[in-house]
Amino acid sequence: MNPWPFVTAAYAVTLGGGAVIALLSYLAMRKAEK
Amino acid sequence: MATLHAFANPARFLKIAKPLTPALFWLGVALIVLGCWAGLTQTPPDYLQGETVRILYIHVPAAWLGMGGWSGIAISSIMFLVWRHPLASVAARAIALPGAVFAALCLMTGSIWGRPTWGTWWQWDGRLTSMLLLFFVYLGYMALAKADADRGGDGRVPALYGIAGSVLLPIIRYSVVWWNTLHQGPSIGLTQSTIAGSILWPLPIMLAGFTFAFAGIVLMRMRTMLAITKTEARMRRMARS
Repeated sequence: MNPWPFVTAAYAVTLGGGAVIALLSYLAMRKAEK
Repeated sequence: MATLHAFANPARFLKIAKPLTPALFWLGVALIVLGCWAGLTQTPPDYLQGETVRILYIHVPAAWLGMGGWSGIAISSIMFLVWRHPLASVAARAIALPGAVFAALCLMTGSIWGRPTWGTWWQWDGRLTSMLLLFFVYLGYMALAKADADRGGDGRVPALYGIAGSVLLPIIRYSVVWWNTLHQGPSIGLTQSTIAGSILWPLPIMLAGFTFAFAGIVLMRMRTMLAITKTEARMRRMARS
């Protein structure tokens, strides 16, 4: 079984999920502090 | 304790949080980039798992933040109930969503890791099930905190729930010791590890990076909540006058 699709998927899910929650938190902060 | 009370003042907190938020977040991002490079290109494959061992560098920080997030909620809840710190309940509510996201990411990356190493995406064993329970407990906390805020509650019920939920943390930690599970036993301790140093060294970089970025996200959410509270208070004053 080729391991790289699993490694890539794990990194993409974590970094993507982290980026989404960071972006949403930043936009909400900017909107609230305006 | 006097210092702790001084930081619980929202104005003083904001003065410190404003420069600290981008500093923590971008330091975290830089360490994560460094950790990803090291974990994906600078370490050898495991003799048994091969290249899939690289999922370790992303799965362990997700688990650390999923569990660490709830520890933060429990500590903030105790501070709120005992010392009535005005920022403690704000901190607990700010931690809940990113904590739940990282608990979910831990489950997802664990599942992705499980398929090539165990031959299955999911197994109802002690570690996986207790981590899934923690994710549901996070969702319960968020629903309870929102309901409490909507009804003008004083925050005591979510705080009690935050403390009660921490009973899951030792269960998750020792699940691989108490039960014969598919998940491996504890391989990383405070003083020693069963993982070879040549594979392990990028992990502290990733743990530090994710922790700093998580702290930055929590500060962003705390600032959002404080700004909304301030706006609502101003609108109430205007409505009265």
